[in-house]
Amino acid sequence: MVYIGEDREDYIIKSIVMRMLPPREINKMARVTITRPELYESDGSPVPGGPRDPHFGAIEPGEICPVCGNTREHCPGHFGRLELARPVIVPYYSDHIYYMLQATCRVCGRLLLPQEKIDRYKIILKKLKKRWPLLAEAFLKEVRKEAAATMECPHCKSRQFKIRYIRPILFYEERPEGETRLTPIDIRERLEAIRDDELELLGMDPEKNRPEWAVISTLPVPPLAVRPPITLETGLKSEDDLTHALVEIIRQNKRLSNLIESSAPETMIEDAWLALQFVIAAYIDNELPNIYPLTHKSQRMMKTLAQRLKGKEGRLRGNLSGKRVNFSSRTVISPDPNIGINEVGVPVEVAKVLTFPMRVTPYNIEEARRYVLNGPYKWPGATFVYKKRTGKQIDLRFQRNYKQLAESLEVGDIVERHMIDGDVVLFNRQPSLHRMSILAHKVRVMPYKTFRLNPLVCPPYNADFDGDEMNLHLMRSQEARAEAEELLLVEKHIRTPRYGGPIIGGRQDYVSGAYLLTVKNRLLTEKEVIDLLGAAGYKGELPEPAILAPRKLWTGKQIVSLFLPDDFNYTGRAKINSGPLACDSIDCLHDSYIAINRGKLLIGVFDKAAIGAEVPENVLHKIALEYGDAKARELLDTMYKMFIRMLDLRGLTISLSDIDIPREAREEIQKLIREAKTEIEKLISDYRAGRLEPIPGRTLEETLEQKIIGRLNSLFSEAGKTATKYMDPFNDVFVMAKTGARGSEVNITQMVALLGQQVVRGKRVSRGFRTRTLAHFKPGDLSPEAKGFVKGNFRYGLRPTEVFFHAAAGREGLVDTAVKTSQSGYMQRRLMNAEQDLYVAYDGTVRDSYGHLVQVRYGEDGADPMATYHGKAVNVDRLIEMYGEIRESTNHR
Amino acid sequence: MPSKTRSKKRIDYRILEHELVPQHRVLSFEEAVEVLKRLGVKPHQLPRISINDPVVRLLGAKPGDIIEIKRRSPTAGEATYYRIVVVF
Ligand SMILES: [Mg+2]
Ligand SMILES: [Zn+2]
Ligand SMILES: [Zn+2]
Ligand SMILES: [Zn+2]
Repeated sequence: MVYIGEDREDYIIKSIVMRMLPPREINKMARVTITRPELYESDGSPVPGGPRDPHFGAIEPGEICPVCGNTREHCPGHFGRLELARPVIVPYYSDHIYYMLQATCRVCGRLLLPQEKIDRYKIILKKLKKRWPLLAEAFLKEVRKEAAATMECPHCKSRQFKIRYIRPILFYEERPEGETRLTPIDIRERLEAIRDDELELLGMDPEKNRPEWAVISTLPVPPLAVRPPITLETGLKSEDDLTHALVEIIRQNKRLSNLIESSAPETMIEDAWLALQFVIAAYIDNELPNIYPLTHKSQRMMKTLAQRLKGKEGRLRGNLSGKRVNFSSRTVISPDPNIGINEVGVPVEVAKVLTFPMRVTPYNIEEARRYVLNGPYKWPGATFVYKKRTGKQIDLRFQRNYKQLAESLEVGDIVERHMIDGDVVLFNRQPSLHRMSILAHKVRVMPYKTFRLNPLVCPPYNADFDGDEMNLHLMRSQEARAEAEELLLVEKHIRTPRYGGPIIGGRQDYVSGAYLLTVKNRLLTEKEVIDLLGAAGYKGELPEPAILAPRKLWTGKQIVSLFLPDDFNYTGRAKINSGPLACDSIDCLHDSYIAINRGKLLIGVFDKAAIGAEVPENVLHKIALEYGDAKARELLDTMYKMFIRMLDLRGLTISLSDIDIPREAREEIQKLIREAKTEIEKLISDYRAGRLEPIPGRTLEETLEQKIIGRLNSLFSEAGKTATKYMDPFNDVFVMAKTGARGSEVNITQMVALLGQQVVRGKRVSRGFRTRTLAHFKPGDLSPEAKGFVKGNFRYGLRPTEVFFHAAAGREGLVDTAVKTSQSGYMQRRLMNAEQDLYVAYDGTVRDSYGHLVQVRYGEDGADPMATYHGKAVNVDRLIEMYGEIRESTNHR
Repeated sequence: MPSKTRSKKRIDYRILEHELVPQHRVLSFEEAVEVLKRLGVKPHQLPRISINDPVVRLLGAKPGDIIEIKRRSPTAGEATYYRIVVVF
């Protein structure tokens, strides 16, 4: 194996010229001329002059190439050629042929513009090309249009005729005596007559191309390396599709030349010629319109040249953009809240396969010896050793004496060692929709077979653990490793550039745990405090207890405050701050307004609005912004562990009893439903009697619908409020919904009170039978029950019709998500491809890869969204809060 | 030029007062030189605006002129853009 920078010349490609292949080049490349369609003789040897001629390059193991003398490892493969009996148009060039024919004289070959115009346009074109390449193209199009519209040659005065072009290869001329087909010979003659100096006004560079090269009489035949035959297990040879296509071309060519030689009638020759045209067109692109595609005996389409390049699995998207890589691994992920957010747990089995080439130095030689001593099968070991002195590589799998090898290690050798703790890897989950989809982690080698991920890092990957798999790539050089660590490490992506907020942070259990730890009535014994702080890895002194007698008790707020920076100020609403708990005062009695002064949580609970992921301007975000990502990471690796530990101490679980409410509550809800029903019945009878007043701009039917829906919605929320009123505030379902950990008020209402209106296509359920939704209802029934209103709840169950309506709405939701993901995914792809080369230059402007200006200042305000408070570059309120209150409390002393 | 660069149709000058049409202004030669220097670009590196653009036609700008456009911006309050008038 050759290492970069060692014994290697670097060549730099300065430019690539794309042009048509000149006939001269085709002949120069060719090492063999093909004359026969047969592949093998009866004895199995390749036919000389056939498509398998050995001069196409060595392909079998041990074969020596008759052209270059190399074996197949070193023979590059050689082109051959096929002399065509009559010339043929190359399909992809024919659009150019079309406008060349239109814009030039059919007799003298001059551009169909007066001489003065030609001269003037040439000067304009030269100027445009220098500065405005896009405009030059638009200009050429106009020139072409003008020339094509000229029906009499300004130079030789001969009359021009309209040309009809049928893609991809047929040209007709509409002469007065009738439409005549232009053969490739006619076309080539006309193209040959075009003058070099007029070529540039036709959009062709005469230094690179001649138009008549678009018509070929010699077909280049690619080397065997491009179309290798494969030997099946049965010993049967199977040829590449390209070879099959070539055989077809040779057959057709042979037929044509036989007809010509036997001076067959011209119509027969024409037919055979056209057939040859079509085969060659199909050989280049088998999906062209108006051709007969080449197929196998089984009617399967052949994969010809264009098919190799096109599409998702083609050379470009499949092999160049989508290259497969070594030193990578993929397996199921599972959560491990005990590892750091910067870490990833890697199975030992993986660690033994992904190896790092470690250069032996005086400082690590003993370490390197230990790896070699362990061998390839025992972790942490080594798989290969490259000796600097001899340049040999030693495979430890075939090595008995590890001890001797370890002792022979010298400075400068390279030891291919196993992955070890602390190695930097890239970790990725598809779909990679934003830059946080690939982050650098530090390895923790562990037993068992899954990758372990700290659940706090789920949001950037959008990962969960219901079977998700992720990919891992080992960084194989010190440079790559350093770069990944500096730019891609998880802690450097706690804040996202997408919306200027934290994308990493607590979810689910972290949120419930934080709430239960910091809630007002949480008093912790010394034992509990030690347990919690131990989980966080806290090493300092215990704070003074909040209550000293009869026994020492600490508040959760005290414990949490130990981790906040000493000069951190914060005020803001908690997630629970809504409904009856809404309050915007520092003296909040509901504990729903958070106030942190000089690092002490004075009031308010920690919930999603304080420590959650994807909540801009919360406690976590402000600490990350103002104290740095490292501080935020420290918090995530310490304080957040206590939140989980709190749940271990208290327990968090739900059961049927959590969604049960007392009989009187249920009766109250039934009463609400009855009231709403009566009101709606009145609405319907008013409507039927014509007493309903329409809302301005609405029909009577729309008015009725709107009023019914409005009343049902208010019923739903009233029922929800009634239900929650009777629920224990420390009911775990309720806690989770309130703190934003999981579920919502709607979910609770649906479980304990009623499901509410089911919506299909944004309306009450209305379709099914002709004048009703289901046969259970009377025709024309407008009542809530007949139109998808569900009075039942998940606790006590639904009626059959209710189940049906619920399923209908549920199905619509599934279909919507399926459609939306595919459509928005494709839209994203297009946006990414359009914008991926734009960059912010050092002068603050946004440029494309040509240096063209896109924006005068990035985002118009020049702000890096990642460094902002939810998009605001400057947050004056926050500055006052940060510094103002500190001064105030200093004055108090 | 071989193209029909300007259609004969008259444009309603009131589009200039429409709230969705930002303020356009043709820069003087001196201003244009200053802008190009400040942005560190050559004229062809600027975004283009067609001479057939209704506002450009109302302003009577010529190919090569630089138009200053002041747009309302949700991030910066007001953002200035520069475009060069081109023929097509
Ligand atoms: Mg999943
Ligand atoms: Zn060779
Ligand atoms: Zn002529
Ligand atoms: Zn309050």
